Amino acid sequence: MVYLTRKIDFSASHLYHNPALSAEENKRIFGKCNNPHGHGHNYTLEVTIAGEPDPVTGMVLDLKELKQILEQEITRRMDHRFLNYEVAELRDQIPTCENIVRVIWNLLEPKIKQGHLHKVRLYETPDLFAECYRNGAKPA
Amino acid sequence: MSDDLKIELGRRYNFAASHRLHSEALSEEENYRVFGKCNNPFGHGHNYVAEIYVSGKVNPATGMIVNLADLDAFVEREVVEAFDHKSLNQDVPAFRDAVPTTENVCIEIFQRLQNFRLAKVERVRIEETGNNSFEYAGEALLDHARSDR
Repeated sequence: MVYLTRKIDFSASHLYHNPALSAEENKRIFGKCNNPHGHGHNYTLEVTIAGEPDPVTGMVLDLKELKQILEQEITRRMDHRFLNYEVAELRDQIPTCENIVRVIWNLLEPKIKQGHLHKVRLYETPDLFAECYRNGAKPA
Repeated sequence: MSDDLKIELGRRYNFAASHRLHSEALSEEENYRVFGKCNNPFGHGHNYVAEIYVSGKVNPATGMIVNLADLDAFVEREVVEAFDHKSLNQDVPAFRDAVPTTENVCIEIFQRLQNFRLAKVERVRIEETGNNSFEYAGEALLDHARSDR
């Protein structure tokens, strides 16, 4: 098995607010992330595909194809967007790193036809990230 | 489909500390041969980065595995305060009898974090420099810890 990782960046704004909670509770739990006007990050996404290299091309998955999938599914959807209001998949969730990474997994997994999606890691800042993989898959 | 997915949160913490690699079990010559310049009797230091991975259920009300403020407060108290601007050999009890290699620092930090109750600490990855990193996810124990049990 070979693991191939592609990295992309996107910039987006978000805010953390749960309408089921009071204003005070929102402030207490989410702190400055609760600012009603939102704030933004430069996100970095690392997508890892696992598979055996094709005997003819030597590739697990053509990087051009992966690049297109990421452009179509992630960049167009999330880059320079307000995640709470403009990304339908996140509309009823708090757009934390944990939730965004799961949304990204669910968007990408059905599109990967050669090899399989092994891991998605999303950095919100260089010091904070979340990653998603199938239960039981060893994080590589 | 998502139920089958595992989400981990990773957080990086910085601390600067000095250490000296030296074993009482070895002669002066052997220590120098094994540890080279890291055996300098006055020690030397690094800017360490400790990457902590936690897992757990993502709370639907908050979207979080654990509130970052709680994780940060715990790691600051248990690790950063104890290690930052310290001599690992002299200021961290675990390294009175164990060589403070970054392998052992990984194990010590992993053990200190096992008392965290709000999420499971899966593993610890430490960058000693930009070029060297070490990772530990349990099982092995420092000798002193083993004898404590």
